[in-house]
Amino acid sequence: VRENVTAGTPTQLTIDGVQIEVTEAGEGRSLLFLHGMDGIDPAAPWLRALSARHRVIAPWQPGFGHSERPAEFRSIADLAYFQLELAEALDLRDAVLIGASFGGWVAAEVAVRSTERFSHLVLIDPLGIKVGGRMQRHITDMHALSQEQLLEAMWHDPARGESDYSAMDDRELLGIARSRESFTYFGWKPYMNNPGLRRWLRRVRIPTLLVWGESDGIVGPEYARACAAELPDARLETIAEAGHYPHLEQPERFVALVEGFLRDTTPAAAATNSI
Amino acid sequence: MRVYQFSEQPYHVAWDVAKASGSLRVTLPNRLCEPEVASRIINERLDEWTLCDELGLDIIVNEHHASATSVSPSPTVTLAMLAARTKRARLLALGYPLANRAEPIRLAEELAYIDVVSKGRVDIGLVKGSPYDIAPANSNPVGITDRFWDTHDLIVEALTNHDGPFSWESPYHEYRQVNIWPRPWQQPRPRIFVTGGSIDTAIAVGERGHTLVTILGGWNATKLFDAYRESAAGAGIQAGPDNFGYCALVGVGDTEEEGLRRLNAIAGYFRTTSIVAEPFVNPPGYMSAEGNAAWLKKNQRRGRAGKHFPATTRDGRVLKIGSGAGHGIGVTPKDMIDAGIAFAGTPDQIVEQIAELNDHLGGFGTLIMMGHGGDLSHEETKASLTLMGTEVLPELQRLNAPAVVA
Repeated sequence: VRENVTAGTPTQLTIDGVQIEVTEAGEGRSLLFLHGMDGIDPAAPWLRALSARHRVIAPWQPGFGHSERPAEFRSIADLAYFQLELAEALDLRDAVLIGASFGGWVAAEVAVRSTERFSHLVLIDPLGIKVGGRMQRHITDMHALSQEQLLEAMWHDPARGESDYSAMDDRELLGIARSRESFTYFGWKPYMNNPGLRRWLRRVRIPTLLVWGESDGIVGPEYARACAAELPDARLETIAEAGHYPHLEQPERFVALVEGFLRDTTPAAAATNSI
Repeated sequence: MRVYQFSEQPYHVAWDVAKASGSLRVTLPNRLCEPEVASRIINERLDEWTLCDELGLDIIVNEHHASATSVSPSPTVTLAMLAARTKRARLLALGYPLANRAEPIRLAEELAYIDVVSKGRVDIGLVKGSPYDIAPANSNPVGITDRFWDTHDLIVEALTNHDGPFSWESPYHEYRQVNIWPRPWQQPRPRIFVTGGSIDTAIAVGERGHTLVTILGGWNATKLFDAYRESAAGAGIQAGPDNFGYCALVGVGDTEEEGLRRLNAIAGYFRTTSIVAEPFVNPPGYMSAEGNAAWLKKNQRRGRAGKHFPATTRDGRVLKIGSGAGHGIGVTPKDMIDAGIAFAGTPDQIVEQIAELNDHLGGFGTLIMMGHGGDLSHEETKASLTLMGTEVLPELQRLNAPAVVA
């Protein structure tokens, strides 16, 4: 079901001159969620569950869905600075920054630049760093897979990822096409990573939760351990019977992990950094 | 009318294995390419082009990558060899896939070098690049049209700016000292050909007055040529036959049967060219988001990315070839001739077929003939080319440009 129901209807927002769509739901502590290549489903169970106790803000990133992509946006850094602008515009304080897959990469790029407005970071099967030698690839080349192979790689239960495009309206299809295009545009080369990012993950001094789907065929355990090793204050949790999107395949486990993490960790007063 | 002989230099002996694997391109392991066989294939084609020089025909080559459809990765290499082997033929590569090329200045240098060596026989052919050549080049499929024109502008500037180094800082290219040596023989620069299958491209090429080449456009090519004429006129350019090129398959024989049989062999091109592994058919961003939304709606996974006019017979049948609608199963040589995408038979028949299409399209000054393709043998190719050069070409040179109704 892709209808905008109780979890909140996307609203238009203009941030720093860029028009984007944002889904917002709930009240309480702010959770800024950055989506992967498939965007946001406002009715997703994880979003409903988290919005019961928190204010979830889920923007469609520039170029994804129906959010504008300014011509001068050329790299992942532009998406990161944009989210910093958004956090400032919404005056987020002690917010939780969550990113999944491609959005996890953007979230990490945000956090190495500034955690002034964030107290916690949650990365769900994030892309973004180079692991391994020059003839090894730890991020699967999604652009070399057929639709069927891609579903196999991304989902524990590939049937979960199937879509009936013929039943969708033109606007929704255009949004999907734009998302795929922007995912490609920002992630083509170097493939879904920033060679400089791994070195700078040490700047993320806020408590970080790494959530990994055990069946993820896009980024696997070795890559996950490399991420955990570079982040100064990270815990790595895996979720069984989940692939690249554990928050979609095992929403209850995911939400429980996030709530537990927020309960257990308190950021040290001096630990925030800013540029 | 000038006639350029074209072969993709296909490695046809791997086609059966490749078809069974589901892809002739990108993923087909090169252990299937035997160096001895590749050497024979390439040298036969070079000999055929050398023969063209004697026959009064011109030369066109192209490039593809990681593919059994073509073992020609760099047309400047081929043209450099042919520049040394030939005396008079025009040397065209159509083309250099600009959006996939990391080093356009290197290309401008190589073109100028070949132009100087051949004393002004180079024609420049520029194309965006095929969707399935994106992966081997690892070039970003998003923004390919803007990158093409930026690269085009840079190459033209490099060929024509003779006042010392200039700099170029665009979103796509960054150079601080551009100053190519040698500069081209032809002044101000060699003529530029661009292939186009969509109205948008025809308009963009028309604005610049370059020669628009339509590949297998058939009777539908009028739409492209008309869009070009209108666009050119808007830029103050009166378009004539020199502004248009037409590419078709050509099989010439002493008898009609022999010509049709040769065409049928060459048409192996249709039966293979669009067999590509799914993820490389249409990388995201190669087409517009609107175009990709339409693909999703149809749940399309195969076919040719982009906007094209399908090959259509006079009675309105759309042929299942080339456009990715199919691999030519059941399409006969006569269907292809009827659709205007092939010319075949005796020299007299071919003259008549070409004259009719030339008249229909309002005159094209360049005919690009795919005179070799598929498993057509070296001997048969030479025989077909010889008939083309000695019996068809003189008649085509006498063709007057038809009057164009604006």
